[in-house]
Amino acid sequence: MTEEKHPEEQKLQEGDPDTTGHSWDGIKEFNNPLPRWWLWTFYATIVWALIYTVLYPAWPLVSTSTAGILGYSTRGEVAEDISSFEAMNAPVRAEIEEVELAAINPDDNPDLYNYAQQGGEALFMTWCSQCHGSGAAGVQASGYPNLLDDDWLWGGSLDEIHYTISHGIRNEDDLDARYSEMTAFDEILTDEEIDSVVQYVRSISDQEHDSTLASAGEEVFLNNCASCHMDDGTGDRFLGAPNLTDAIWLYGGDVASIEETVRYSRFGVMPPWSAEASDAGRLSEAEVRSLAVYVHSLGGGE
Amino acid sequence: MLDYVKLLILGLVAVLAAIAASYARDMLYMIHMILVMVTATGLFLWQLRRTDEPVSAEVLETEYMDGPVRVGVALTAFWGVVGFLVGVFIAFQLAYPQLNFDWAQGYMNFGRLRPLHTSAVIFAFGGTALIASSFYVVQRTSAARMWGGGLAWFVLWGYQFFIVLAATSYILGGSQSREYAEPEWYIDLWLTVVWVAYLAVFMGTLIKRKEPHIYVANWFYLSFIVTVAMLHVVNNLAVPVSIFGSRSVSLFSGVQDAMTQWWYGHNAVGFFLTAGFLGMMYYFIPKQAERPVYSYKLSIIHFWALIFIYIWAGPHHLHYTALPDWASTLGMVFSIVLWMPSWGGMINGLMTLSGAWDKLRTDPVLRMMVTSVAFYGMSTFEGPMMSIRAVNSLSHYTDWTIGHVHSGALGWNGMITFGMLYYLVPKLWNRQALYSLRMVSWHYWLATIGIVLYAASMWVTGIMEGLMWREVDDQGFLVNSFADTVAAKFPMYVVRGLGGVLYLGGALIMAYNLWMTVRKGVAKATTTAAAPAE
Repeated sequence: MTEEKHPEEQKLQEGDPDTTGHSWDGIKEFNNPLPRWWLWTFYATIVWALIYTVLYPAWPLVSTSTAGILGYSTRGEVAEDISSFEAMNAPVRAEIEEVELAAINPDDNPDLYNYAQQGGEALFMTWCSQCHGSGAAGVQASGYPNLLDDDWLWGGSLDEIHYTISHGIRNEDDLDARYSEMTAFDEILTDEEIDSVVQYVRSISDQEHDSTLASAGEEVFLNNCASCHMDDGTGDRFLGAPNLTDAIWLYGGDVASIEETVRYSRFGVMPPWSAEASDAGRLSEAEVRSLAVYVHSLGGGE
Repeated sequence: MLDYVKLLILGLVAVLAAIAASYARDMLYMIHMILVMVTATGLFLWQLRRTDEPVSAEVLETEYMDGPVRVGVALTAFWGVVGFLVGVFIAFQLAYPQLNFDWAQGYMNFGRLRPLHTSAVIFAFGGTALIASSFYVVQRTSAARMWGGGLAWFVLWGYQFFIVLAATSYILGGSQSREYAEPEWYIDLWLTVVWVAYLAVFMGTLIKRKEPHIYVANWFYLSFIVTVAMLHVVNNLAVPVSIFGSRSVSLFSGVQDAMTQWWYGHNAVGFFLTAGFLGMMYYFIPKQAERPVYSYKLSIIHFWALIFIYIWAGPHHLHYTALPDWASTLGMVFSIVLWMPSWGGMINGLMTLSGAWDKLRTDPVLRMMVTSVAFYGMSTFEGPMMSIRAVNSLSHYTDWTIGHVHSGALGWNGMITFGMLYYLVPKLWNRQALYSLRMVSWHYWLATIGIVLYAASMWVTGIMEGLMWREVDDQGFLVNSFADTVAAKFPMYVVRGLGGVLYLGGALIMAYNLWMTVRKGVAKATTTAAAPAE
């Protein structure tokens, strides 16, 4: 196809360079050389690439690869990073494992306390925040307890918190896990009895309730619930039985949640964390202790 | 004779699909087989009515075949709007998780809609744009009618059928869990058939060209078609669990599987979104600017450098993983070397305007195309930079990657496609001009501001979360939990969503403008469809 025949043939301007002489659908191409800066930058990247592959692991061989003269590896870099902190922290970790838990406080051992606090917080973010929330306020809808208040199911002293973290709750991995099981009353109590005991629980926690039903519920409560939750409903930490008279609820204090709990019971599980206590544990003793100190300091420690 | 063969095949497909549907092991497979059966039956009836009817005698060998291009152009605009809409919705799902409605769980939650969005924009919008524009360009620059008769129609509609199968399977939970290669085995097989037909049409047209040389746009289109065929076949090698079920098991496992996937994934970007769209650029920019391509030499060198180097760059997606360090190093250095070959396209695109820069003031379509090339240059600089191991250790898994992809996709692929549509619609429907240039200007500014909001917000959140993830205190403990970093991103997620709204708004204006061009535009006197005589 020649130039004249195409209706959309591109017209050249004055001072334009030569074209290659071809034309496609009217499009022409200039015969400009490669831009110098482009070419030299291209060469430079190639040279850089070659140098880099000599310095770093790069070329595959039969069963291995060139290691690079810098001896670099990504795994080595991480390992070095970790071991430098490990070395730095080794003395303080050893000390944390040795001293009495109670001695890790800001007055007696500020260095240890500071380390346990920071380490405990990082551990909490990594391992605990999935359930207890990154702010440790828990998730009521799922029965993950709030750790910021002074209401404790199994005890809020340093030693009790340490035990709970080490062994967990109602898990099958650690024989020393804290264990108790609430009865599901769905088939044990009648519907009327369940309705009344729910209203009774509402009454002892100072919530709006039906007083006729509640007074009938008192007997049901004393016969069925008081053995764990105590006659006055204040609970028993030895059994992890919650205090029912305060305004703090693990699963919720509304009628529907309480009825759900009474009928089908609850069975909250926490894994064991101490690697010394069970195979399922992931944390060293120093780490468990740091966590205990951190959780204890959140607001409700006893 | 051919009609009877077609009838036989369609009938056979309908019957086999019916059998497959009745033996189906899962719902997705059953729905798809019913879809195949209904489609094949419909086509059978349509074919039956045409068979043995007298055909109009003159076969229009002297005319370009623009039917599939017209339909493809309309579908491109349609898929663009759909893909952007889903993108805006999932962007707001990330900002406001309540939008993962309870009543739509398992169908419209983020995990299901995200591949729908990526496939809708890359494969439906981008793929249809590539097919339609390549059909147009290869005919014009070869001065030859498309090869293969009705085969081009098969390619276009077959590809649309692939899109429908893929989209429905994402919603219903069918996925190979391979990014950008989610469709299951039978959908992959179908795409392979369509793609081979596409290659045949394109090659056939090139072979019967009347020009002595093959134009540069066609090199890029051809490399896109050939390489995507190779990538698609290798990455989707899998064994079906049952021939009557949708599930399959990949042939690769472990780090080989990851490497195959990202060899594919990176070259989907390289050959689908770069090489293919460079083909588009090399035709429509010289056309719209009415200026010759800046440098023939540069086009040759950067073409061969680009396709040779791109194919090795995939491992940079797997820095700091189980991938051996040597592979990761090679992926990185090839990515750096790729910088200039990528920029060759940008230079050739931008410099083609020398002698015509004044047109940017008056021609919003050309402005759109030039902006797309500028975004191409920016993201092909950003990509090599992010592939550097040290940079990647900060950027990987963060929103920076999302921002990078979108400055390329919205800026480069989107804008050049819009430019292509604005150029083609008046030509294809024989109109004197677009319905409204003001609307093109509105589209241009909405899209550009949308991209800026999108990319800037993702840079900010990406770098922020990267820094938060790695932040350690003086004793080596991590400072932030993952949830903290998610919460910190909220404002930027809203900004990103708003950027998407602007971009979608621009696309809607475009769709209206194109529609009105076809409906109300003033017809041109002469037809443009005639192929020039030899």
